[in-house]
Amino acid sequence: MATTFMLNGKSVSVDADASTPLLWTLRDHLGLTGTKFGCGMALCGACTVHMNGAAVRSCITPLSAVAGAQVRTIEAQPTDPVGRAVIDAWVKNDVAQCGYCQSGQVMSAVALLQKNKRPNDAQIDAAMAGNICRCGTYQRIRAAIHDAAHALA
Amino acid sequence: MIIDHLVRQSFAAAAPALTRRRFAAMTVGGSVGLALLPPWVCAQPKADVPPGQKPTEQPSAFVTIAPDGTTTVICNRMDMGQGIETALAMVCAEELGADWAKVKTGFGTAAPNYIDPMFGMHLTGGSNSVKNSYTQYRELGARTRAMLLAAAAKRWSVSASSLSASNGVVRGAGRSATYGELFDAAMKEPIPEQVTLKDPKDFQLIGKPTGLKVSRAKSSGQQIYGMDIRLPNMLVAVIAHPPVFGAKVKAFDADAARKVPGVRAVLPVELDRGGRGVAVAAGGYWPAKTARDALKPEWDTEGLEKVDSAKQLAQYRELARSIGAPAPGASFRADVSRIAAAPHRIEAEFVFPYLNHAQMEPLACTVDLKDDRCDIYTASQMPGVDAMAIGKSTGLAPEHVHIHVQMGGGGYGRRAVPTSDYLLESVSVAKALVAAGQRAPVKVIWSREDDLRAGYYRPFTVHRAEIGFDAQGNVLGWDHRIVSQSIMVGTSFEAFMVQEGVDATAIEGMREPYDVPMRLQVHHPKVNVPVLWWRSVGSTHTAFVMETLIDEIADATQQDPLAYRLKLMGDDPKHARHRAALQLAADKAGYGRKQLSAGMHWGIAVHESFQSVVAYVIEAGLKDGKPVIGAVNAGVHCNLCVNPRTVEAQVFGAATMALSTTLPGAAITFKDGVVEQSNFGDYTVARLTDMPKVDVHIVPSGDPPKGMGEPGLPPFAPALANALRRASGKAQRELPLRFA
Repeated sequence: MATTFMLNGKSVSVDADASTPLLWTLRDHLGLTGTKFGCGMALCGACTVHMNGAAVRSCITPLSAVAGAQVRTIEAQPTDPVGRAVIDAWVKNDVAQCGYCQSGQVMSAVALLQKNKRPNDAQIDAAMAGNICRCGTYQRIRAAIHDAAHALA
Repeated sequence: MIIDHLVRQSFAAAAPALTRRRFAAMTVGGSVGLALLPPWVCAQPKADVPPGQKPTEQPSAFVTIAPDGTTTVICNRMDMGQGIETALAMVCAEELGADWAKVKTGFGTAAPNYIDPMFGMHLTGGSNSVKNSYTQYRELGARTRAMLLAAAAKRWSVSASSLSASNGVVRGAGRSATYGELFDAAMKEPIPEQVTLKDPKDFQLIGKPTGLKVSRAKSSGQQIYGMDIRLPNMLVAVIAHPPVFGAKVKAFDADAARKVPGVRAVLPVELDRGGRGVAVAAGGYWPAKTARDALKPEWDTEGLEKVDSAKQLAQYRELARSIGAPAPGASFRADVSRIAAAPHRIEAEFVFPYLNHAQMEPLACTVDLKDDRCDIYTASQMPGVDAMAIGKSTGLAPEHVHIHVQMGGGGYGRRAVPTSDYLLESVSVAKALVAAGQRAPVKVIWSREDDLRAGYYRPFTVHRAEIGFDAQGNVLGWDHRIVSQSIMVGTSFEAFMVQEGVDATAIEGMREPYDVPMRLQVHHPKVNVPVLWWRSVGSTHTAFVMETLIDEIADATQQDPLAYRLKLMGDDPKHARHRAALQLAADKAGYGRKQLSAGMHWGIAVHESFQSVVAYVIEAGLKDGKPVIGAVNAGVHCNLCVNPRTVEAQVFGAATMALSTTLPGAAITFKDGVVEQSNFGDYTVARLTDMPKVDVHIVPSGDPPKGMGEPGLPPFAPALANALRRASGKAQRELPLRFA
């Protein structure tokens, strides 16, 4: 049975089992590999996407829950005003090391900045604690979020 | 890591005195690569090849300049976040005189051009990449530039010496041409034997903080990793691994698995360590994983050791009290008879758990197996070793195994496996598919649980020390034992890395830089747990033991821990870098000048690993029984620093990984032979909220550069533990730290 939802502004229809997580729908059915698989249990945040404007972990979001929803992924961020500011700040601060978790980090940061234009460190902690970076880019992530907020002000 | 020791042992003493050419010839004659691998893997010519003619010296294999000036520099390593693709491109571009804005990076293959020029094999590891390829890439850049000048000179009928080349343009004789215009003609010029390298004072790129070339791709989801490979008609497979290492599947519910829509094959497969499991292949990960979870396999574990962590600890403690194999070298065989009568004594036992690498990209390997060739897509740190193993497994000649090295989503040692475990298991799946008449490219994916529970680990390790010292802190005797599985025994590296029954990776980092009379003995128990190097390898535990014990001696003799360390090192020039790194960190931290807030304490540590030295000065205390970390200052001595931006990032990363090892839950433990942890819920790694701010300070130096992938890790945990010992009054003698 096909499930239809809005993906990065365009309507898509996917014929997959309704229990398939959005993550694997994106990666295996739609060929969007920017969203990463890290843990499969919403423990690491690598698979973070936006559903109806909120950051969600796509690895535990079944396709059935996405029907009719607005989904945005990392692929849409370079053309989004907040997304672009965050990516630019990531580049300016040389955040990425291996980079594997950074799609999810960027998506969490964009969701934060869309709701809170000037987050303080405690608010950054609350928004980003669910995103693991094993390379240890946290210090530059924090600096980049402040930079992006400044650029958007 | 490994080979580092070998080179130090075999060549380091002789190397500085030799000319480069002589050293290269010697390396070829005695290299670990040559001894381990067939000539095609490490195909540096043996004979006296003129400079510039070796495969690793061919500009055309490393530099391409398109007509529009786009300059691609090929990296001879795997990049897993350490930024080597940018660092080596900087080194090459410096001498080439390239326009940095037009430089792009790419990766090499398993071709002979891309071996490590010092080792004669394909290797990313041991913080060796900058160290061993710095001169190589400078010369590649300089040779390419000379050939561009020669081509322009020919075109304009002038002498090359009348021309200049910089910023991607050759100028002279009133004319100019871009590198892009000249490149094809330049590559037809002879490769010069001798090239003059820049005076370091003229460096424009080397030493300048520089962002990664792949930074934007990695920040916008565009970077492709091994996990992201897609080939036409590709299947995705997930393996049911045995819960006990080496177990064989007896029975499984194939029908339940086949009922999952999209499943294409359910096949028994041969696995690492003699195990046998079941692979499920499907059109995508989700059906494969769902079907795998429906298999309900039963396992034959007869005759296999089923490790129990509590029993293992008791056994290791016993071993630590018994005579072991003496560590090689006179410095580890001192007379320790004065301990008994020493005025002060410390007896200490340390425990370090198994650790999983937990790189963010779980293992994934794509195999396209045909009758006459095999293509592999994965992030491998040792593609030559892996190609050999895959050749043996498939019956193909190794040169028909093509490993396409991918960007690694972290590694920390997990992608350099002497047994090629995950690659061979993936090939095993491809072979089973072919045998079942379902030939198709297959991407084998490890779930996080598979990655965490199916091996390999930093070895579980126990140390025991008895130290006698006088009131001035003079060490009269230091009797030390280490109990740890050998990483090297049973691998092709054993011949080089295990001396007199002692694995060099288990003792690296002991004693230095303190000239204390030490007797060091080692036990290497055989345990049914696969072990592997893990970022900074032996120094993950030896630095903790050395730096906390030295600190305790300072406290016991009422000496400042910084002054005591400096006193022990004396003015020996071989410890000058330790002193410089330590002093820089202390100065920047305000150590000894700044008043700490109530409850906060200083902790310091310094350690050399992989020929770089890092020191930390940390402010920390305890609040409600939990560590609170204040300012952290790192002093780094890595000789000439090619890219300070990356070196800083590597210290951030190493400090974060070290902090992880101190947190509750950062341990892999066993019950009935089965790993008790499964995912990030019960295997702790540091999060943004755990991480203090780290300030990194680099000692200026013009000496030949050393690596920084690992050295930032070892001294962090002992510096923190030293501060927390002062806060709690209790010596910290295990990781993760415990304050109960």
